[in-house]
Amino acid sequence: MTEPLLSVRNLTVDLPASGDRLHAVSGLSFDMYPNEIVCVVGESGSGKSVTAFTAMGLLPKALKVAGGEMLFEGRDLLKMSRHEHAGLRGKRISMVFQEPMTALNPCFTVGDQIEEIFRTHTKLSSAECKARTMALLEEVRLPDPPRVYASYPHQLSGGQRQRIVIAIALAMDPKLLIADEPTTALDVTTQAQILSLFKTLKTTHNAGILFVTHDFDVVAEIADRVIVMQKGIVVEQGTAEEVLNQPQHPYTRQLIAAVPRKREGAAPPLQEEIALQVKGLSKTFHLGRTLTRKARTVHALHPTDFTVRKGETLGIVGESGSGKTTLVRCLIRLLDPDEGEIWIGDRNFAKGSRESLRAARKDIQIVFQDPYGSLNPRRSIGEQLIGAPMNFGVSRDVAWERAKRLMKIVRLEEEALYRYPSQFSGGQRQRICIARALMVEPKVLIADEAVSALDVSVQKEVLQLLADIKRDMGLTILFITHDLRVASQICDNLIVMSHGKIVERGTVDQVFGDAQDAYTRQLLSAMPGRGWEVPDLDALSA
Amino acid sequence: MLRYLMQRIGLALLVCVAVSLLAFTLLNASGDVAISVAGEEATAAQIDAIREQMGLNRPLLVRYGEWLGNAVQGDFGNSLFFRQPVGELIADRLPKTMTLAVMSLAVMLLLSVPLGVVAALRPNSLIDRAALLIAVLGQAMPNFWFALVLIVIFSLTLGIMPPSGSATLKHYVLPAIALGYYSTPPMMRLIRQGMIEALSSDYIRTAQAKGIGATKIIFKHALRNAVIPVVSLSAVQFGNMLGGSVVIEAVFGINGLGFLAWESISRMDLPVVQAVLLIVAVFYIIVVLAADFINAWLDPRIRIS
Repeated sequence: MTEPLLSVRNLTVDLPASGDRLHAVSGLSFDMYPNEIVCVVGESGSGKSVTAFTAMGLLPKALKVAGGEMLFEGRDLLKMSRHEHAGLRGKRISMVFQEPMTALNPCFTVGDQIEEIFRTHTKLSSAECKARTMALLEEVRLPDPPRVYASYPHQLSGGQRQRIVIAIALAMDPKLLIADEPTTALDVTTQAQILSLFKTLKTTHNAGILFVTHDFDVVAEIADRVIVMQKGIVVEQGTAEEVLNQPQHPYTRQLIAAVPRKREGAAPPLQEEIALQVKGLSKTFHLGRTLTRKARTVHALHPTDFTVRKGETLGIVGESGSGKTTLVRCLIRLLDPDEGEIWIGDRNFAKGSRESLRAARKDIQIVFQDPYGSLNPRRSIGEQLIGAPMNFGVSRDVAWERAKRLMKIVRLEEEALYRYPSQFSGGQRQRICIARALMVEPKVLIADEAVSALDVSVQKEVLQLLADIKRDMGLTILFITHDLRVASQICDNLIVMSHGKIVERGTVDQVFGDAQDAYTRQLLSAMPGRGWEVPDLDALSA
Repeated sequence: MLRYLMQRIGLALLVCVAVSLLAFTLLNASGDVAISVAGEEATAAQIDAIREQMGLNRPLLVRYGEWLGNAVQGDFGNSLFFRQPVGELIADRLPKTMTLAVMSLAVMLLLSVPLGVVAALRPNSLIDRAALLIAVLGQAMPNFWFALVLIVIFSLTLGIMPPSGSATLKHYVLPAIALGYYSTPPMMRLIRQGMIEALSSDYIRTAQAKGIGATKIIFKHALRNAVIPVVSLSAVQFGNMLGGSVVIEAVFGINGLGFLAWESISRMDLPVVQAVLLIVAVFYIIVVLAADFINAWLDPRIRIS
């Protein structure tokens, strides 16, 4: 067998003393070989990113390597001077980050930022630097390299910026490429393109790729080998085939069980009563109007119609720029639609001033994406929960009783009402946000990317909670998401949006089995992990 | 880019007109020039005659139009006190105040940029605290007092700097230090904050991942982003130095524009006050405009939308 490219033995990284555990990573050992993709999988706090940053020598100051070795090309990365390590960075080892929108310096052209790596590590002439840069832009399949070369980061899309970061990482033909959740912030179709790029690079550059992710579908898409980490410890490692299809450790199984999949079995029949009806709703933005220039019009939402029946969960799926956010904002009248009607019961929500809608607002409530930003950090959960019903004239005692009941429904202790947001995890906070929305007994609940920021196992819990609440309370839910897999797990019907229009609608089975629209088919084929059937875990453990 | 520049220049011209109109109206409303020209003993008839003679009985807008038309050609009328053209007075005083303002700005930047950067490299360390102390001292001391301290040390005790006057550039060193030091703290805090923000951003991590040296990361990648707001604040501070240097001018006996304005206000010398107001406003607008252009040059997000 060939020599390992990177050999990690007993790596231990300490957390600061105030942390909830002693080690960020503890006793980590693994080998990586050239021409393979090793996926490190785990949820937040598993130590997967810490491992990546240790190899780069870019650990935050608060974290200290406590022991072990990390041999790369025969030298221990943990024992070399900072200067030596910097000499390897970008040259022999390079890295691609999660957030492409902020990874590039806004003040310099991307051409300059790529060339900088040649200026740092080589003595090439400026003409050669430019030629190599152009070749790289070709390699990462960016359109029109001369234009991109002269562009500033803000002129490029997220996917294009990630390709620039990848080009920088590839510039010196490194032996080890570390990718930290490189597709998590990207749309599904862009993710599919970037993943296929990684697969190509593995062979063309004969490099070892250490790919950090939380998504088992992405693992299924690209991994040769898999390392599963939990709380800083490796719980399982093996070939992709082994780990995906015969997971041994309970935690691995838990993660794989949480992978969102289309719900099987016929959906229960829907009631006839209509909860929400939207007719011809549209919104156009006029941007950048100045004295001398006419406004640029953006049709964020073309005239849109749909109905949601009582007790139905309607999924609205779209990528960034599809118009789904504009739709949501119009529905709850954070934006005023240009035209159209929004009927909830016998009231048209699109009409009347925002002030006059105050009393009607309790009919339609929303749970937002970010559970950390949605709660006031300085008020107790109880105070925040009872505020809304008290606004609508419910007495404090009645509101408090309702809050206690809802805590039970979202599976939190009554005690939680006396505590503050910082004392809860992300998943718990999102459950609190759901309880908050339900406090005024709405007719329609909008979940706007409500599980997108959560770890997979937590995501599964929250989805289950929503499904239970819907069943028990007969709630009508509008489930807004970019992720078809998640939508297919919880929704009865789906709407697919693109460029401000509904391009596809139907039951989950119709959309998945027989999509009519080209964009929907593209979205479906871009979903990672399609070739992988989640194994029957009950059968495995038997 | 060209459109951006044209818009900015157009806007600046509008502001100039608005400022001049406001200044003219307010000053004319604040007192009767004819009374102050005629003197305390004058009779009502004499005052009326002066009013007639100076054209003060015509409508305000007409007088404004006439004044602005002349002002654009450099004719601000005659000073009521000095009995000489206001233009000459200003041509004599303006360079002194400009020299002082430019040198003060230089002092401020030379102090605040290094202090801010050093403080940001090790936030909450001893160096950070020391830098903060140095900066805050500047604002805690009244600047006329600090000016006196400078004179006592460098002029009277050491004898290496002239205590007053404006004959050579050397005469401006102490006043510039006094004025510049006073403006240092907010600037230093801004640079410190900007650098801390820049240094903790993702693109700095990308630069580190490229293997770029620390010096280049600090000065090329971080500072370039951190100075963008500094340019705007510098313009504001420069404006303050132009208009607000009167105390320092008085302490160091520099016969500048600030001093002239103060004298003329107390003498109700309206033509001079109006002219000084307009000149300072125009310079201030030009500096802010220049700051906008520098920012557009520094920040491609402004330049290319």
